[in-house]
Amino acid sequence: MAQHHHEEHTHAQPISFYAKTLWVLMALLVVTVWAGFQKMPDWLGIAVALTIAVSKATIVILNFMHVKFSSKLAWLFAGAGFFWLLIMFAFAFADYASRHWEPETGW
Amino acid sequence: MSVKEAELHLGEARHEVPHLGEQYETIEQQNDAYTIGMWAFIVQEVLFFGGLFASYAIYRFKYLYEFVAAHHTLSVPFGTLNTFVLLVSSYTMARAVRAAMQQKHHKQLKYLLWTIFFASIFMVNKYFEYSSKYHHNLIPNQSYSAEEVIHHNHLKVENGMVDLGARKVPLEEFEGRTKLFFSFYFIMTGLHGLHVLVGIIILAILAVRAGMDWKRKVPHADYMPVEMTGLYWHFVDIVWIFLFPLLYLMGGQ
Amino acid sequence: MATTTIHSGQERVNYLNVRTSVASWLLTLDHKRIGILYLLGITFFFFLGSLAAAAIRLELSTPKGDLLSSDTYNKMFTIHGVLMIFFFLIPSIPAAFGNFVLPMMIGARDVAFPRLNLLSWYFFMIGGVLATIALLKGGIDTGWTFYTPYSSAFAKGEVSLAIVGVFLVGFSSIFTGINFLVTVHKMRAPGMTWFRLPLFVWAIYATSLIQVLGTPVVAITLLLVAVERSLGIGIFDPNRGGDPILFQHLFWFYSHPAVYIMILPAMGVISEVIATFSRRRVFGYHFVAFSSLAIAIIGFLVWGHHMFSTGQSIYAGLVFSFLTFLVAIPSAIKTFNWMATIWKGRVHWDAPMIYALGFLGLFVIGGLTGLHLASLATNVHLTDTYFVVAHFHYVMVGGAIMGYLAALHYWWPKMTGKMYPQSWAKLAALLVFVGFNLTFFPQFILGYMGMPRRYHSYPEEWWALNLLSSAGASVLALGYLLPAIYLVWSLKYGTAAGKNPWGARGLEWELVDTLPSPHNFERTPIVTRPAYDYAHPEEPTAIYPAPRPVFAGGGKDG
Repeated sequence: MAQHHHEEHTHAQPISFYAKTLWVLMALLVVTVWAGFQKMPDWLGIAVALTIAVSKATIVILNFMHVKFSSKLAWLFAGAGFFWLLIMFAFAFADYASRHWEPETGW
Repeated sequence: MSVKEAELHLGEARHEVPHLGEQYETIEQQNDAYTIGMWAFIVQEVLFFGGLFASYAIYRFKYLYEFVAAHHTLSVPFGTLNTFVLLVSSYTMARAVRAAMQQKHHKQLKYLLWTIFFASIFMVNKYFEYSSKYHHNLIPNQSYSAEEVIHHNHLKVENGMVDLGARKVPLEEFEGRTKLFFSFYFIMTGLHGLHVLVGIIILAILAVRAGMDWKRKVPHADYMPVEMTGLYWHFVDIVWIFLFPLLYLMGGQ
Repeated sequence: MATTTIHSGQERVNYLNVRTSVASWLLTLDHKRIGILYLLGITFFFFLGSLAAAAIRLELSTPKGDLLSSDTYNKMFTIHGVLMIFFFLIPSIPAAFGNFVLPMMIGARDVAFPRLNLLSWYFFMIGGVLATIALLKGGIDTGWTFYTPYSSAFAKGEVSLAIVGVFLVGFSSIFTGINFLVTVHKMRAPGMTWFRLPLFVWAIYATSLIQVLGTPVVAITLLLVAVERSLGIGIFDPNRGGDPILFQHLFWFYSHPAVYIMILPAMGVISEVIATFSRRRVFGYHFVAFSSLAIAIIGFLVWGHHMFSTGQSIYAGLVFSFLTFLVAIPSAIKTFNWMATIWKGRVHWDAPMIYALGFLGLFVIGGLTGLHLASLATNVHLTDTYFVVAHFHYVMVGGAIMGYLAALHYWWPKMTGKMYPQSWAKLAALLVFVGFNLTFFPQFILGYMGMPRRYHSYPEEWWALNLLSSAGASVLALGYLLPAIYLVWSLKYGTAAGKNPWGARGLEWELVDTLPSPHNFERTPIVTRPAYDYAHPEEPTAIYPAPRPVFAGGGKDG
């Protein structure tokens, strides 16, 4: 019973699933290094690099970390950390970005 | 679960699963608890590193030109190689977890050892990178000097002012700001490296256990420690997935 | 492991007598024993922190700086702040009472990760001892906030050692948080749905979220300060390109939500106590439950209100001010619902209830004065004055410590099996309430008049109010000393408490024996009723399923 029961509940995937995931990650690695050597404005460089990094991280989280096959609760926990990080970035940057704005007259 | 289901579950399976903790009712409950607990730990890690990433981002925003100049002294080939090695190690880790879930102890041992191997390559690379920074006086302590940054970027220094193209910065401030970049470089990659080291130790323990399970032909060992270490290891990989472009690539080569 | 004492005859095996060696305590995995260990630890640090407070109030009883030098005075308020916040308030209710009762409340044998639980106690104690060594050996004078560049570039003394201590206690707090999150999610007994949970569990759950999401940020920030001190890098040093305000952003990203780590568990206790002693289900249960989560989440969006006058962008200030006002809403929801519960309840005036009522009075004052500090214009006048000191003491001492004392008096019979003398307990509650107001209300006036915090001397005209405050502090001290005496006294001479001395609802009173057995329940119970079901006294909240041959576990460890 126990053997059967183990097989039923694990998230083990076919080998090809992990291999394909690795190939996609490698392709993204090549793209991000290539993009790093292109001439582009700084903001665009940041946007491209971060978009690729977020994609890679998402693939790792979903496929290697099995969140794709996990309960809603695991989704929630995985999401919460990144969401809170976003809060920290947004509010701290809001201060730095607006620190030198001139107040409008009449305020 | 409903009351009726729970009643059916009570007392079942406890004798059949030797690694069921006494505070749990069923092995599913225990495995779920491990998974959620590990994710909560990873959330904690995300914010731990997040504080560093946020500080780094704010300083890069403030001192863009100085940081870009400092970016260029990092070796992209080394960084790429290390990213490659860590991604492969994530794959071997995933295979180790798969083998553990299928109770194939020999395969599990093999893939754990591969993972340790790739992690060690990462650390060796890191050692070479660090020592090259040391030789160029780029360690952010009292002996720090921005000379290498100036030399590497072919920057002109006149009357104590560094010409950054878009603007000129006093040499002293240039030194302080590039030193800030290297402070972040060493703290971020250092903390990450520390996580890799801890990972190697845990993987080694798991490898020994897998070897023992293999020798004793244990029919169903607890695969959760391997799966949880896998989560940790993939997280360490993710940190590097962000560190690599932020530190090595975003210098507008 | 440790020797097992086998009890012959009639005495039932409980969590205290199952094993009695010292090792059985230091290596215990029982959540109840770990709760007791925490209780002993935090009491010790509370005592040390109180001594520093006594020194501060003694110094301030005269206008001249005559008792302590300004240096020593700085060290005293730093000792007071660091110990009280990191080593008393933050672990107090969650780690001591959360550990003791939360698994019982949800019908579990233990928390999800007992070993992690014990580890977190060791982190707490080692961190506490390191910080205490730092504070005694030369001391630190940065204040509990470790503001840079003072802490990183100028302060002498053992700042780095103290930071290591705080870092460790931070991880203790994170581990406790992870443990409770998983415990509430995964260890609830069958039938214990989310909306049957006691409100204390909701409060601890919300607290745990903050602990896990916030604490790592302060850990890394303080680590940066320690690295900056030891290596001479300049992350927060303006002379070297660093930005001290960034430190404040990161510090308050944790430390403002940390205020809710201190007050949310106290609010949970008050919900329990008010329901029990009003013999009535908490009015608006769902609102009180969700307001805990709302406080935890909105609490993360307001940290900039500590930085209105530091050079933060005024636009960021506007947003932070507005969001700060929002926190008042869930806090008010709780307060009104508690009052509505009492209003139609049958109130029993036992000691825990007196403390709970004290909480209500003091918390309302503390919360409302927060609004003065939240609005940008008045904040400029009040910032860094005694108004701020009075405000946060009303919330943290008037709120959190009142809640802590209410919890101590409410669950003491369950923890020890003994009842303390009610009249003394009520007298102590009264002394704390009166002493507290005498101490801190004058500080609102002093702050309004402009007296700045953190100075050891002040002009003559503020003498009377300061003397009143110091006099009040001695009444307050007596109020804290009394429970220490009669509670210890009750251990030996108190009357046996019985299973449910308050006539309360809830698994920890209805099913768990006094003293609890090592695994709390005979078998895993099945919960059939919502929490606080005082309207149906004949219906038990939970029942044991029909006996069946269950596992033969229960004895690997105490």
